[in-house]
Amino acid sequence: MPDLSDAQLERNFADIAPALTPDYALLEANKCLFCHDAPCTIACPTHIDVPAFIKKIATGNLRGSARVILEANPFGHSCARACPVEVLCEGACVLNDRDEQPIKIALLQRHATDHVLERKLKLFEAGQATGKKVAIVGAGPAGLACARDLRRRGHAVTVFEAKPQPGGLNTYGIAEYKLKADVALAEVQDILDLGVTLKLGVTVESLEPLLQEYDAIFVGVGLGTTKGLGIPGEDLDGVVDALTFIEHLKTHPYQQTRVGKRVLVIGAGNTAIDAVTQAKRLGAEESTIVYRRGEADMPCYDYEYELAKRDGCAFRFHALPKRIVGNGRVEGLEVEAPDKSRETIPCDMVIIAIGQGARTDLAWPQDDPRVFVGGDCANGGAEIVNAAAEGVAAAKQIHQRLTHG
Amino acid sequence: MADLKTNFAGIESPNPFWLASGPPTNTYGQVAKAFDAGWGGAVWKTIGDPIINVFSRYGSVDLGATRMMGFNNIELISDRPIADNLKEIAEVKRNYPKHAVIASLMVESKREAWHEMVKQTQDTGADGIELNFGCPHGMSERGMGSAVGQVPDYTCQIVEWVKEVATIPVIVKLTPNVTDVTYIARAAVKGGADALSLINTINSIVSVDLDTFAPAPSVGGKSSHGGYCGPAVKPIALHLVSAVAKDPQVKIPISGIGGISTWRDAAEFIALGAGSLQVCTAVMHYGFRIVEDLIDGLSNWMDERGHRTLSDVRGRALPNVTKWEELDLNYHLLAHIDQDKCIKCELCWTACEDGAHQAIRRLERGDGGRGTGGPVVEIIEEACVGCNLCAAVCPVQGCITMEPVPNDFAPVTWKEYAAGKGKLAPRSEQFHTATWSKSR
Repeated sequence: MPDLSDAQLERNFADIAPALTPDYALLEANKCLFCHDAPCTIACPTHIDVPAFIKKIATGNLRGSARVILEANPFGHSCARACPVEVLCEGACVLNDRDEQPIKIALLQRHATDHVLERKLKLFEAGQATGKKVAIVGAGPAGLACARDLRRRGHAVTVFEAKPQPGGLNTYGIAEYKLKADVALAEVQDILDLGVTLKLGVTVESLEPLLQEYDAIFVGVGLGTTKGLGIPGEDLDGVVDALTFIEHLKTHPYQQTRVGKRVLVIGAGNTAIDAVTQAKRLGAEESTIVYRRGEADMPCYDYEYELAKRDGCAFRFHALPKRIVGNGRVEGLEVEAPDKSRETIPCDMVIIAIGQGARTDLAWPQDDPRVFVGGDCANGGAEIVNAAAEGVAAAKQIHQRLTHG
Repeated sequence: MADLKTNFAGIESPNPFWLASGPPTNTYGQVAKAFDAGWGGAVWKTIGDPIINVFSRYGSVDLGATRMMGFNNIELISDRPIADNLKEIAEVKRNYPKHAVIASLMVESKREAWHEMVKQTQDTGADGIELNFGCPHGMSERGMGSAVGQVPDYTCQIVEWVKEVATIPVIVKLTPNVTDVTYIARAAVKGGADALSLINTINSIVSVDLDTFAPAPSVGGKSSHGGYCGPAVKPIALHLVSAVAKDPQVKIPISGIGGISTWRDAAEFIALGAGSLQVCTAVMHYGFRIVEDLIDGLSNWMDERGHRTLSDVRGRALPNVTKWEELDLNYHLLAHIDQDKCIKCELCWTACEDGAHQAIRRLERGDGGRGTGGPVVEIIEEACVGCNLCAAVCPVQGCITMEPVPNDFAPVTWKEYAAGKGKLAPRSEQFHTATWSKSR
């Protein structure tokens, strides 16, 4: 269990990018050049009209600003907090070419969307009922983005979700210091309020019965469990997969999440970074990434790497895990260097973060025109914004099919 | 959703946002694109005998890093043949029947010339005519534009000529380059004008190049005074619109022009009596697309405030524009500093001490300059005259607020007080002396 005080844990998991003050938002919004055919908009998978929403912040039209954002991206709230903007909109900002900091697009987006979320302003309405019914499997960002746009077009929507809460990885899997579950759930509620029927705790094992009952199906079930390493010792106490670790952290008081004093995280993707930083923030004395290849090969974003370094996490490169050692409980990780020499790194916790496998528990037909797919299960695992974009696109296609055959 | 439909002197448009006469309304292509973007109307770039322009026509004033806070031009009226302009106006009107299309006209001050121009214009199906009595540069040297609009008799005379043949509403566009715009407005009303629009641009020289001593916009090193517009002129325009709107001898619709860039600007013009709004500089800066937020922002604000139509808003601020002598002398304010919000820049102290009433006390920075020491400024309540300067310079929203100080005295205006009526509540002016400053 963590040794840190509640107050310290609260600080450690506070928003990494706190909200802008109204003064700052106004200053920042007025810095935007209002580009035509703006690179930021092009870079966004949902193509939010970024200059338009920023201009509206500058004119004090926060409701209108949020509408521009959410019209394009039903997950505009969570994307404002968790989007990798450095490689998307902000990375594309023309101010980079003037050797300046880009406009703080994510924080401005948060400024506008917080305004409507805090005031519970309803920006969208369900469309007039069409009599068509759509089933959505998976209440993650892809499924719910699709649900929102189908409801706006008047189609009845039932969402099936295996977990006890909706939101998918937004609720269960985003680093706590980026997006908290209550914000994710409030955002989801906004969509549900359009009249979506949500069935929680229901695992869909086959699409067949749904195809009998519904006019179309959207599958947004995400990926499967974290892949195993296939090395001895994975069943030892103290070995956990990254998503289970993060989910526990996000669904329990901080004090209740088990963390070791010396934590090794195997893998170097963005989820591995989320795990290593959060282990550190929970109170691990040492929290170390163990990666079989070199620094330049790490699949995580550069700024995530920088964040982990700032958090005081350590990195072991060119270390191929061969065996987790211990007697009942994990005591070390044996790794192999490129020269085949071996070493055992002592530890009391191992977090495995080498990516999720595909879903093996649900199959969907590839050629049934009534079945649409989006999100991680279709793209192999990407960002919230990709899932949202795919959900929005699918809703458009489903609507086309339901209204024009 | 608020209803923005507009009927201005009988001219209907889907919303009150019209393009002002100028470079954005020079061609069919521009106006059609603007209507597609959402503009409710357009006043065509002024038509008359085609002119020849100079190269380099616009001058700009930046405020710090903000581009085009003010803007001026020495461009003349349309350089296109009258027939081409009229043909395109007819085409726009045919393709956009629900939008307001207004022809701005300027010809030499001869009755026949005006008659001919007005008749030709009406044949296009245009919804209205705007008489350009405002441009202060170039054309005024030829006896047109502001040369007409600066003389009440000329204004009245030409409006009369136009009204002799006009079958569609006639809007007179006023110049601000006069001592009192209401005299010109009344002359237009006397001549039979159906509506007024104001302000046209203000005489200006925007800058001088200190290497070449060429004023801007430079035409081979020389320049001429040009018409100033853009966000900088909005306060002047608001005042002149309100002056005309309040004038009991005017009483005809007013189209507000001058620095409108945002829906807030627009709402302020409407509150001071404008029935439609004309925009040019903001479009020259950011394009036709700005109309989306003009409409959206205005609608959202109206919805939030429960205003259903524009007439619910129009003129609502006018009763609050009064003569100075009608203001209450017993309404007292005190500046209040929210010390939790204060970032300790001491700009309020500097401004008050050097620029106003020496009513802020500076305290020692207990922490040697940065961080967590106590307050560094406090209001000297007995010296504060509630002037607003500290709140105006404060860089933190809501940090310095002006709080009303109730008293037991009945309101009294200068008019009443000078006539020996009413009593003044005790006030802080006695501290406002050189002796007080020194003795502190």
